[in-house]
Amino acid sequence: MEKKLIVSPSPHIHGGDSTARLMRDVVIALVPAFVLSVIVYGLNSLVLTAVAVGSCVLFEYLIQRFLLKGPNTIGNWSAIVTGVLLAFNVPSTLPVWILILGSLFSIAVAKMSFGGLGRNLFNPAIAGRVFLLISFPAQMASYPVPEGVVDTTSGATPLAFVKEALKKGTSVSDLMPDLPSYGDMLLGFRAGSLGEIAAAALIVGFIYLLWRRVITWHIPVFIVGSMAVFAGILWLADPEQYMNPLFHVLAGGTLLGSIYMATDYVTSPMNVKGMIVYAVGIGVLTILIRVWGAYPEGLSFAILIMNSVVPLINKYMKPRRFGVPVTKAAAAK
Amino acid sequence: MLKTFKIGGIHPADNKLTRGAAIEDFGVPATVTIPVSQHIGAPASPVVKKGDNVKVGQVIATATGFVSSNIHASVSGTVTAVDNVPDGGGLRKQAIVIQVEGDEWEEGIDRTDTLVKECDLDAKEIVAKIAAAGIVGMGGATFPTQVKLSVPPGKKAEFLIINGVECEPYLTADHRVMLERGEELLVGIKILMKCLGVEQAYIGIENNKPDAIAHLSGLAAGYEGIEIVPLRMKYPQGGEKQLIDAVIGRQVPSGRLPIDVGAVVQNVGTALAVYEAVQKNKPLIERVVTVTGKALENPGNYRVRIGTPLRALIERSGGMPEDTGKVINGGPMMGRAVANIEAPVTKGTSGVLLMRDEEALRGTAKACISCAKCVAVCPMGLEPYLLNKLVSKGRLADTEPERVTDCIECGSCSFTCPADLPLLDMIRLGKAEVMRLIRARNAK
Repeated sequence: MEKKLIVSPSPHIHGGDSTARLMRDVVIALVPAFVLSVIVYGLNSLVLTAVAVGSCVLFEYLIQRFLLKGPNTIGNWSAIVTGVLLAFNVPSTLPVWILILGSLFSIAVAKMSFGGLGRNLFNPAIAGRVFLLISFPAQMASYPVPEGVVDTTSGATPLAFVKEALKKGTSVSDLMPDLPSYGDMLLGFRAGSLGEIAAAALIVGFIYLLWRRVITWHIPVFIVGSMAVFAGILWLADPEQYMNPLFHVLAGGTLLGSIYMATDYVTSPMNVKGMIVYAVGIGVLTILIRVWGAYPEGLSFAILIMNSVVPLINKYMKPRRFGVPVTKAAAAK
Repeated sequence: MLKTFKIGGIHPADNKLTRGAAIEDFGVPATVTIPVSQHIGAPASPVVKKGDNVKVGQVIATATGFVSSNIHASVSGTVTAVDNVPDGGGLRKQAIVIQVEGDEWEEGIDRTDTLVKECDLDAKEIVAKIAAAGIVGMGGATFPTQVKLSVPPGKKAEFLIINGVECEPYLTADHRVMLERGEELLVGIKILMKCLGVEQAYIGIENNKPDAIAHLSGLAAGYEGIEIVPLRMKYPQGGEKQLIDAVIGRQVPSGRLPIDVGAVVQNVGTALAVYEAVQKNKPLIERVVTVTGKALENPGNYRVRIGTPLRALIERSGGMPEDTGKVINGGPMMGRAVANIEAPVTKGTSGVLLMRDEEALRGTAKACISCAKCVAVCPMGLEPYLLNKLVSKGRLADTEPERVTDCIECGSCSFTCPADLPLLDMIRLGKAEVMRLIRARNAK
């Protein structure tokens, strides 16, 4: 008998993309920032990143196997991405056990309790970071300040420093000399979390992600753009009271958050119009919190708030449809 | 910057293995099986019976309504059956089987290569001739051509757009026609223009066929009102609505027809068939078919009599390789997988594609990660992920306000999905149900 042929509906070819490929590319894009982080903070960066990745993968494996009893999903690389991003969001001096607790929250609460990859409402890494920020405020606020390549002292991040100084009534021009130069901020020689410090490395990763078509430019550009516009208006109104837009873009987790966390597929909108609304929302909320809120950095909260709006955005913001809408006059013809 | 359509689209590897293979005459097979329904619309009604002798070009089934098409004998010989015969999918459909004897043609058919440029017929006579010749859209849609050429009262055609895009990977039949039958093609286009009363025709060709663009641009200098429009390669540019958008920048509104924006689209193969019917009295009895596949020994382009079994084409191209997993009638994006290779070449068969075992199976479906890639590639601006979700929850009717009926089934969403979700399969389910609901509503 002749061999039987396979019959299935079209299309009969596939582009070859896979979830694992996309997630792996996110990890690759984060390598330059990781290298810089190890240069600046030394072994601590390596250990914390390894611990976060290891515990995220382990928790996902255990929950999937023993609680959800579903197929093994760690091969899709998403737990690895969560681990790297969570580690990138904490200070290099954070005790390891706290980070493991954060990983547990990210994976167990923010991701698996919703049903796993694709069903979670909030970005797991950011949810983990905010959980740590609220539960361990002291440990999460003590950032080593790099001096030269290896020596570090403990201190406040530029955002925290500015917030404190402005609250005390210091004018912007008086506090400027105590801030790191823009060049240092670009290269990562300033206080901050593991992965957020090196703007240049994060931008290299962004270009890689665009080249590999993992993400589109819309969300990062509109977050940074709306932050710059909002901060710029305030700065033009009173340059002694408000920091300039360049500072806001280079400080804190602006680039890490907007390029790698706000673009998380699962928790961001499904079309360009929706992405723009979401991104502008994040940008505006971030500046609101940074300038008037209780925390020096507002990006994580802004992303979480906008994450929760995504289902609504998807419901009401539709993609550009093909064909001009039929007007009443045309329909009457 | 070359023109292209504005929303969505993908870039599959074009794999045009046979772009350099000149069209060969396949010759006459031992038997042909000619289905009475090779077009959209009512099946034709057979006018021959078992035992009749027929000549090439003789009508063997006549159109049964406005949207229907005549069927002609593609070979000479004896009718051995007028019966239900399994088609590519194994479904039994009415067909006329002819045992070939010699190659005797109907009188009046001009079989020479001489180019006949002048055409004195008026529009009505041309349409009548096209209808008599059984011509249908040869890009795959197989819509009877005379219907498309009959502009409804109150509407006016401004442009004729000729589809030379051939955006399906692997297929090269239209490409070879443009290179080898250019002059006849252009005369065919002039006839179509006369028929529609339009002054301007555009031939849209993607830039992966620079030789066809150059060749036809040279020839078109001698034909007033025909312009070649090179297009930036992007699938599904050969979709009627996408091609109109790319060439003249007008978007056909949802639920309307190309004529509503003043355009009529015809495929390259159709324009050639029109030339042969009107100038040479030759009905649609053969077409160019690409036989291709990565494991096939000798892929090629053939001029094939309608009704020739697919098996004969595969054997001519080196036989079916051991590791063949799938045989597709058409291209890899929109073609139909066949279970039965005894099924015949029909008016809509643009290619026969053999896929190896490792290419034939789909990946296992995984969880949707909301990557939004399906939304970004959909050329109609739909949300495949949402349609998939609604259909998998059994909410088929809810896909109507999400414009499921706009779907052109190009397959870009499934092609792109990193989770290997069968998006188009699910959309088709929703679309079929919504079409049923609409019909039921209209019947009231």
